[in-house]
Amino acid sequence: MSSEDIETAPTKPTVTVLDYGSGNVRSAVRALERAGATVTLSAKAEDVLNADGLVVPGVGAFGSVMAELKSVDALRMIGRRVAGGRAVLGICVGMQVLFDAGVEHGIQEQGMGEWPGTVELLPADVVPHMGWNTVKAPEGTMLFEGIEDERFYFVHSYGVQSWDFEVLQPKMRPPLVTWSEHGAPFIAAIENGPLCATQFHPEKSGDAGARLLRNWVQSLSKKAR
Amino acid sequence: MSVAIRVIPCLDVDAGRVVKGVKFQNLRDAGDPVELAQRYDRAGADELTFLDVTASSGNRETTFDVVSRAAEQIFIPLTVGGGVREVSDVDKLLRYGADKASINTAAIARPAVIDEITRRFGSQVLVLSVDARRTQGAVTPSGFEVTTHGGRKGTGMDAIEWAKEAADRGVGEILLNSIDADGTKEGFDLELIRLVRAAVHIPIIASGGAGKPEHFPPAVAAGANAVLAASVFHFGPDSAIADVKKAIRDAGYEVR
Repeated sequence: MSSEDIETAPTKPTVTVLDYGSGNVRSAVRALERAGATVTLSAKAEDVLNADGLVVPGVGAFGSVMAELKSVDALRMIGRRVAGGRAVLGICVGMQVLFDAGVEHGIQEQGMGEWPGTVELLPADVVPHMGWNTVKAPEGTMLFEGIEDERFYFVHSYGVQSWDFEVLQPKMRPPLVTWSEHGAPFIAAIENGPLCATQFHPEKSGDAGARLLRNWVQSLSKKAR
Repeated sequence: MSVAIRVIPCLDVDAGRVVKGVKFQNLRDAGDPVELAQRYDRAGADELTFLDVTASSGNRETTFDVVSRAAEQIFIPLTVGGGVREVSDVDKLLRYGADKASINTAAIARPAVIDEITRRFGSQVLVLSVDARRTQGAVTPSGFEVTTHGGRKGTGMDAIEWAKEAADRGVGEILLNSIDADGTKEGFDLELIRLVRAAVHIPIIASGGAGKPEHFPPAVAAGANAVLAASVFHFGPDSAIADVKKAIRDAGYEVR
């Protein structure tokens, strides 16, 4: 970013949507633009590392998403962003891969291990869990501010159903965990400093999703200033 | 609290315009698909389905244009069906901004295409559309046969067995359309829904026969996770979606 850009406040936050051939990313780009960001669809290191926020979409199998992320060197770039306190938002399988592991069809795949937990099949009569569901957001949530009682659009068969986060550093704020339920309680969203993620699709969740994305994009500009 | 029953307006699109046939014939123009889609989004639709009924492949590009324009302005899930034959067709639809693709005849002709599409994009991307018709006599074990060409041609395949096979192959949802009920406005074919519900563990979208809001709760009671209709919404009052949701809520089910 040039010095001119910094001086012409208020600048729109820049967001890169990670482009690695995963499903419908067009909606995510449009929804983020509507939320007030300048959006780039790219997997180039300069775009991924320099944007104020990075969105990691993801649909399909856990293992194939991990493989595709590796193929564009995204694991390293996500790690670098998080280490530098730069915002990252994972969506759907883009959230799941942030956990330790995923088990699909009996095969365990390694995740990025940002958070403890294994992504497993939801124990419900009907899967995929497809449609609009409610969430329980914790006190102090930034993502769900003003939309705590809304429904969001989910489409997934797997989820993280337990949370055993050990607080090793009392000075560090523990992640804020939002839950939903389908067959069993599962994690619907996590807010953990620069690293946020939602199991549902905010870009497909109508006005509620638009508000969530706006909350996130606005948090980027607060940091940028 | 649990996942809400989805209410899905279906827009039949021919060369870029919305049409809806009574029993799939006598098509009637009901406007611009994107305009209508936005109206439904604002009215509380939970998802939208575009069914491309364009006969000639030359006119299919108009549908991609419609999908692309819709995706620019609509932030609820969009399913597109019609003309989906292989992985590359789904890929193209997703690139234009669809969230899911529905497949019908091509999967009957070559069931393995279901495995191919869902392995590539995941189960959630593929809806199997089944046009089921009650058989005259014992053509299939369940008494329901899979048809093609809008119900005009029988396949000899058992509709319930087909739904089960497709689910096993990885399809994410079944769009279950009753050819007998379609266009009658007398209500859904509840027996058909019950039989498929007993056979599969994936979501069922019930379609065909809805004429008024009271027709919807019984479909949910029979096992539908979502309900899809066209005429009720296209030619009904502006409050049609809200009316349908109220009927479902009053029957004790959750809606958005």
